[in-house]
Amino acid sequence: MKITEKFEQGEFVVTAEVGPPKGCHIEHLLEEAKTYLSDITAVNVTDNQSSVMRLGSLATCKALKDEGLTPIFQITCRDRNRIALQSDLLSAAMFGIENLLLLTGDHTKLGDHPQAKPVFDLDSVSLIHTVKQLEEGVDLGGNALVGEPPKFAKGAVVSPCSDSVDAQLAKMERKVRAGADYFQTQAVYEPEKFIKFMEKASQFGKPVQLGIVIPKSAGMAKYMNDNVAGIHVPQEMLDELRADKEKTKAGITGVEIAARIIKECKPYCQGVHIMALGWESKIPALLQQAGLR
Amino acid sequence: MLITQLKTKDSILSLTDGKKVFIINCFGCREVYFPLEEAAALQGEMNDSGMVTGILTTDYICNPENLEIQLERHKDAIDAADVVLVFSCGVGVQTVAARLEEKTVCAGCDTCRLPGFQGVTPLEYDCGQCGECYLNLTGGICPITACSKSLVNGQCGGAKNGKCEVDPNMECGWERIYRRLEKIGRLDAMKCPVQIRNFATDKEI
Repeated sequence: MKITEKFEQGEFVVTAEVGPPKGCHIEHLLEEAKTYLSDITAVNVTDNQSSVMRLGSLATCKALKDEGLTPIFQITCRDRNRIALQSDLLSAAMFGIENLLLLTGDHTKLGDHPQAKPVFDLDSVSLIHTVKQLEEGVDLGGNALVGEPPKFAKGAVVSPCSDSVDAQLAKMERKVRAGADYFQTQAVYEPEKFIKFMEKASQFGKPVQLGIVIPKSAGMAKYMNDNVAGIHVPQEMLDELRADKEKTKAGITGVEIAARIIKECKPYCQGVHIMALGWESKIPALLQQAGLR
Repeated sequence: MLITQLKTKDSILSLTDGKKVFIINCFGCREVYFPLEEAAALQGEMNDSGMVTGILTTDYICNPENLEIQLERHKDAIDAADVVLVFSCGVGVQTVAARLEEKTVCAGCDTCRLPGFQGVTPLEYDCGQCGECYLNLTGGICPITACSKSLVNGQCGGAKNGKCEVDPNMECGWERIYRRLEKIGRLDAMKCPVQIRNFATDKEI
């Protein structure tokens, strides 16, 4: 099932991401996904997230699909040139994986193999263009594919609370023109900024899913403020996380904050994408509190 | 100057169409290679059509002090022009673009890779010698060398407070490009077709 079909039906689409482990055992990930994520529309699988080497996104997508979930294959340009990227896209199509999230990817220097060669032969925009070409039965070299071409829902990302939001919108427009079908955003903690962003972004006519990272602690929020691009957790939220340490530790405060953000932004977007970062077990409660279940 | 080849006539004329143009030629390292005859023929043609406000032929425009003196000398002709078209390596074009912040500065050449030769004047501007100069799409700031991922279709989401995710002391190249395009009224360049690098041109000559 393509995620775009759900947008077309007017559904408020809920997705969440899982990160493959550093190792070849996937039972725990599958168990968690089946327990907490089986009633959402689709599950993103990150691609060596933060440039940290892990089990592959494509293989994990296939395993999730075999368990009856709908995977979204995240694919970055950091580790593969255009030949490998296209080959993996064909492999995904062969497995019946229909949803993609196409990204440039973090730089290798940020991860656990900083000595690695960063590839970036393509980038998010040219990768979207490449997928569109494949869908038309032609590869990037101009050669015809054999048989029926693949068809995907082509997702992309945008950072609505970035300090250079106009440049972000310009890049978003490039992605739309290249063929992006839907967008998932960087984590949002400032609904008013997101709403302003959506006023401008709605001109592109593509569904946008609000990005949510459940804040686990004041320390994590502060870390994101200092280190993560496009994220700013406001002072009053930091105070809220500090107020009752036990409540925050149990995840209650984080879920409350996240649910509030979803409720506030829901009228302005077409779905929500939850990056739980290990707190997948909190997702059902979050959806309930946000009024989505 | 390293090894340069002229961009196609069509691509140069599309940048200058209907505009007044000031031309700069850099012969600094022309012993290496500069498309002298082709450039002269094209510039003659442009001059005949009355679009050229002046031509400055000098050497080592990558030396900002030298450049400053030369530009002062041609100030009126430069002020009268809409576009400054530079025939030099990528470092030269970037040096001019940085000095003439509010002008549209374009590259007439592509700079190719020349092993063992790295220019003369050490500068903050760097040319990747990629053989398919992008400066005309990026307001005279090189995305190959100013972006740590050498992205050619706009910035990634990795910049924090305007700084690159790889090096907090490095400004995001694409944010610089965006601001420059905004300043010279060329944000339309952000709507150019999808760019895909051609590594087949990045060959050693």
